[in-house]
Amino acid sequence: MLAMDYRGPKRVRAVQKPMPEIKHPQDAIVRVLRTCICGSDLHLYNGNVPDTRVGSTFGHEFVGEIVEIGADVTKVKVGDRVLVPFNIACGECHFCRQGMFGNCHESNTESTAVGAIFGYSHTAGGYNGGQAEYARVPYANVGPTIIPPDMDLDDAVLLTDVIPTGYQAAEMAGIQTGDTVVVFGAGPIGIVAARCAWLFGAGRVIIIDQEDYRLEFACNYSYCEAYNFKEMNDPVLFIKKITDWMGADCVIDAVGAEAAGNTMQTVTGRKLLLQAGSATALHWAINSVKKGGVVSIVGVYGPTDNLVPIGNMMNKGLTIRGNQTSVKRLLPRLIEHVQNGVLNPKALITHRIPLEDVADGYRMFSAKLDNCIKTVLMPPTANQ
Amino acid sequence: MEKTPKNTPKNPRIDPKQIKGWGIDADPKNDPTYPMRKRMNVGEDPDSKHRPDHLQPEDTEVLRSIERPDVSAVFGTPAPPMGLSGLIRRAAFKYSENEYKHWLPLIVADRVGVVEGIVADLSHGKLPNIWAEKGYDMEWKYNRPAFVTKLATIGAVTAGLVVWLSSGKKKQPKPVKKDYLSRF
Ligand SMILES: [Zn+2]
Ligand SMILES: [Zn+2]
Repeated sequence: MLAMDYRGPKRVRAVQKPMPEIKHPQDAIVRVLRTCICGSDLHLYNGNVPDTRVGSTFGHEFVGEIVEIGADVTKVKVGDRVLVPFNIACGECHFCRQGMFGNCHESNTESTAVGAIFGYSHTAGGYNGGQAEYARVPYANVGPTIIPPDMDLDDAVLLTDVIPTGYQAAEMAGIQTGDTVVVFGAGPIGIVAARCAWLFGAGRVIIIDQEDYRLEFACNYSYCEAYNFKEMNDPVLFIKKITDWMGADCVIDAVGAEAAGNTMQTVTGRKLLLQAGSATALHWAINSVKKGGVVSIVGVYGPTDNLVPIGNMMNKGLTIRGNQTSVKRLLPRLIEHVQNGVLNPKALITHRIPLEDVADGYRMFSAKLDNCIKTVLMPPTANQ
Repeated sequence: MEKTPKNTPKNPRIDPKQIKGWGIDADPKNDPTYPMRKRMNVGEDPDSKHRPDHLQPEDTEVLRSIERPDVSAVFGTPAPPMGLSGLIRRAAFKYSENEYKHWLPLIVADRVGVVEGIVADLSHGKLPNIWAEKGYDMEWKYNRPAFVTKLATIGAVTAGLVVWLSSGKKKQPKPVKKDYLSRF
């Protein structure tokens, strides 16, 4: 089968690989119909996630058709079309039973801090991902969710990560009615977080990025104010000024390790790897939120340390929340939102690229070429 | 590696309910993980060690974080540790996730793995097409002026380095005339 193949920092290709096999009675094999490149895949692509082994297949956002099931699989059957949450969760452990499906303890041997994620390095469990014609899906009774017959596959594939993660970012921000919410990062997750902030009753939503085309997209999609930090001397001071010198009630970090905007952070975090990514957005978030406010982190950082003004967090009485998204917990509500027209996931898709050209897809998304927001990869068998 | 500290005190466990005033202001709603977590402590979980019925057979080498007692019920197997990078990874997994001695060798192993990948390609008679793997066609199509400038800069710097290094070879160190006597 055709699959994406990681060869080293900024080097990927599509090659023939052996078909995935059932390894556990609760496994299923899925024929992939749509799969996306995610902003967090860029941390892998740039070689910044420890234990990203050459020969791995990335891809944690995919939908497909079940073609084979293990002996213990009862909730889905061959022929079902499913959307597959990006986290692998057993549904039975101490954490899964609390709804923390992003923090399962029975799917990742290699690291205890991180739950298991499809196609996201051995640090996240060492699973091959969905940027392939077929994928092995463990715990098929738990994760895979049948796509409602009236739902577009393009909408479904964005329910595997982007929509739930944007939604949970807003949820974790603890938004109260009328709150001012600032979102750092106008990538797909930030755009959805800004859109969902309204669902929690925000009174004002502001998004900050450095790419004008993304700010314009966010403005139209999320009905929010959008500002380019390259046009400011100091984004924190700017936010203080436009919030009557109080700061925002809630700030969402939807950037993570690849942040631009601060030379010291970029050099130590992205070039020298002396910290677990560049923490510029998180730094700005802590400093621009109101005293007593909430910082919600969905941007991805590595497993080591970051330079952030933690003293200000204490002095300002902040609450910092973050987690990998519990996709399964949120799906019932979000499917409802899509069916009722409250959310329009597929409008985020700007590019559709054949899986054969995966290297071009990564370059385009990574270098933000051709006004790219969200890229869908189409495996050759997707249209069968 | 973990060491048990010497002179560890016995640390007797006290039933907190016997402490005066315990829990009088407790508010279960005041939980920063709400609603991300249905709050449940291990002590309240009748089956906190619950595991799935079947365990995936270990038919391939899985590196296990020493912060957990066992291999998880399922695990991925795309690239078992091999070669020099594999040796480094195995060494890294002797340390907990709390230590740089775990993470930094893993990053080194990833870079070693890239070289091993190129060697593996060549040994299979395949010359990796770096231009295509890096997706440079897209830069050429959508970002040509900046891309050409970048390539030209890399080319000029490389050429400059070559000239500088090769010119260095020609320079013969001048024999120093030692004139010890004049110093006195
Ligand atoms: Zn994603
Ligand atoms: Zn679990």
